[in-house]
Amino acid sequence: MPTPWLVLVLIALAVAGFFLGRNRALVSANGNTKDLHSLPSYYGHNVALTALVPALGLLAIWLLVQPLIIESRVSGMIPPDAISEGSTVGLVMSDVRRVAEGLDLAVEKGALTGEQARNLRSEFSDVRGRLGEVGVALGADVRPEVLRAAQAYRTMSGTGHTVMTVLVGLVALFGFGWSYGRTHKDFRARNVVEQGIMAMLILAASLAILTTIGIVLSMLFETRNFFGLHSWTDFFFGSTWAPNFRGDSELSILPLLWGTLYISLIALLVAVPIGLFAAIYLSEYANKATRAFAKPLLEILAGIPTIVYGLFALLTVGPGLVRLFGQGQGGILGLEWMSGATSVLTAGLVMGIMLIPFVSSLSDDIINAVPQAMRDGSLGLGATKSETVRQVVMPAALPGIVGAILLAASRAIGETMIVVMGAGAIAKFSLNPLESMTTITTRIVSQLTGDTDFASPETLVAFALGLTLFVLTLGLNVLALYIVRKYREQYE
Amino acid sequence: MNDMTVVEKTVETQRTKIAARNVNVYYGDSHAIKDVNVEIEDKTVTAFIGPSGCGKSTFLRCLNRMNDTIGTCRVTGDILLEGEDIYDKRVDPVQLRAQVGMVFQKPNPFPKSIYDNVAYGPRIHGLAKNKAELDEIVEKSLRRGAIWNEVKDRLHSPGTGLSGGQQQRLCIARAVATEPEVLLMDEPCSALDPIATAQVEELIDELRENYSVVIVTHSMQQAARVSQKTAFFHLGNLVEFGPTGQIFTNPEDPRTESYITGRIG
Ligand SMILES: Nc1ncnc2c1ncn2[C@@H]1O[C@H](COP(=O)(O)OP(=O)(O)OP(=O)(O)O)[C@@H](O)[C@H]1O
Ligand SMILES: [Mg+2]
Repeated sequence: MPTPWLVLVLIALAVAGFFLGRNRALVSANGNTKDLHSLPSYYGHNVALTALVPALGLLAIWLLVQPLIIESRVSGMIPPDAISEGSTVGLVMSDVRRVAEGLDLAVEKGALTGEQARNLRSEFSDVRGRLGEVGVALGADVRPEVLRAAQAYRTMSGTGHTVMTVLVGLVALFGFGWSYGRTHKDFRARNVVEQGIMAMLILAASLAILTTIGIVLSMLFETRNFFGLHSWTDFFFGSTWAPNFRGDSELSILPLLWGTLYISLIALLVAVPIGLFAAIYLSEYANKATRAFAKPLLEILAGIPTIVYGLFALLTVGPGLVRLFGQGQGGILGLEWMSGATSVLTAGLVMGIMLIPFVSSLSDDIINAVPQAMRDGSLGLGATKSETVRQVVMPAALPGIVGAILLAASRAIGETMIVVMGAGAIAKFSLNPLESMTTITTRIVSQLTGDTDFASPETLVAFALGLTLFVLTLGLNVLALYIVRKYREQYE
Repeated sequence: MNDMTVVEKTVETQRTKIAARNVNVYYGDSHAIKDVNVEIEDKTVTAFIGPSGCGKSTFLRCLNRMNDTIGTCRVTGDILLEGEDIYDKRVDPVQLRAQVGMVFQKPNPFPKSIYDNVAYGPRIHGLAKNKAELDEIVEKSLRRGAIWNEVKDRLHSPGTGLSGGQQQRLCIARAVATEPEVLLMDEPCSALDPIATAQVEELIDELRENYSVVIVTHSMQQAARVSQKTAFFHLGNLVEFGPTGQIFTNPEDPRTESYITGRIG
């Protein structure tokens, strides 16, 4: 039975379980709802959930685990000498999977019988040609070991699927029978359903956490591979970024980190004052109508995709800066300071614009959280509005605002699209904001796009860069959240 | 009612400090203060009493234009301070509030040190020429707020770290430090123990020598003890206004009598 059908059958069983369970509870109370411990629908939900959830859980786990087990057993079947020079087990295994899929397709279309597919020998027949007829194109002739492995793969998948269908069905039926049997007017169905719901919520929460852990682990793993191929002293303490696909690259994070921090600094220099002043205006000075109009407008900025900001940097801000600071006598200031549109200043300015709504809406929330009584106290002593803002509201909101700035900084450090398009690709240490520089994120993109070889340090360095970036932004976020939380406590 | 002995006071008439004529206050559509006329005298303590929600705080806030900060609030009629309309366009509400200080119903110390809380007003208005003078003002105000002994060793710890009652006395000290001509106090003793209450009442009595004090209170005893004039509010109306002794012993309006004897709550 194909998996979607299996799921449908399970759902049908659950629906039937709902009505049957509800009915049985009603019958056990002679139709008198008041005698039931719980509302009738709880009994129905109990049967439906007990039938459905464990079975679906088993199904999900099986579907995840089965390919892993089969993969490892089949790859054990491939003799080491079958892996040719320059190839890997992974590549051979992907051939195996392709052939297995091809055989499946051929059987489905009737080009081969199941018996033939199982016993096909590449020594005697043209497997490539026959699979080609059903639309599976293979790059080369199928070698005997690969064909044998593919056949084993097919058999194991088939058996696995049958066993799974039977087991899942049994679990569903058992759950159904057990909960149906327990359905009785004194059974505390409401409490059981409550616990079941809690379990499902916990599951959802832990899945989110597990994925995060999974991402971190996979990065850690690849980073370890990288440090196996490249010295960590060069990565952390070297001074040059010069990837070279012929080998002996210099891959130091420091020039990239410098570019990242420099651009982020400029972005924050733009975003923090403007965002903060906008927030102060909106929360302290603007009347209701202005606020209702200006706040959503400002927040629209936050909804613009960063690639659009990138275009803005590339097509408007960059050329504008060149016209101002470059082009010799043709430029506005007649200077020769800037040659290309990409520069630290271009990326920093545009990123700053992107961060304005982020800073302003966070600060606005924080300023609004300062109790009105505080302002009244100050105004009641004869302070002006701006004195009140400067001396009472701002100090009270400061920790929260610092937190907001740190969050903005961590966004700036992790931002990719704007710097890919606006910052340039040259890794260097320079203080001149009109030169183009590059950042950690742009280098991750460039190391992973195009022809990549996941065994070379030039590619794997992307993971080390990514992990460093992750640690950096995580640190900033934790610090920011800590500060913001600390501040919240003050008024609770 | 036996403990509510009204001390016989010499009720000498002072000159009018604040005069309110036909004051109406609206919060959006709701009419919170209805046609109130009252004259608050200089060097006198005036008590506002009345059931909860009757508009005492609202009226009090009109007297130093604190209602300006509430968007929906609208005030009509005239309020004259020393004969000048405080709602006139030329009047700077900031200047006005320095003259007419306020202690709020809930203590609201700033998240600053105790010292800076008290020094806030004097610093803004430039009342001290140097640090020594400022220190002096702070100490004097804290003493008048009956809290000096409790905080003199921790002047630089945060004001928000004090107990509720201490915070309220800190706010009183803070208001007194700017030397206002009129001090508006909204239930200043609601969070205080009897000893601190007595000290604050002593302060109010002392302030009377130079200033005019308006105090909102739910305690009849307190009104009787500290005030010379009493105004009774009910549902936004000023029902009765007169010398305290008369209001408590011989009220004209039946509503005043029922409230004082505890029948309207
Ligand atoms: N900010 C506001 N917005 C709208 N209505 C308000 C506001 N403040 C007060 N009111 C309303 O105005 C009326 C008077 O309130 P006010 O706070 O002046 O009462 P009060 O006499 O001080 O009561 P209490 O003794 O409980 O402090 C109440 O009906 C209240 O609901
Ligand atoms: Mg009040």
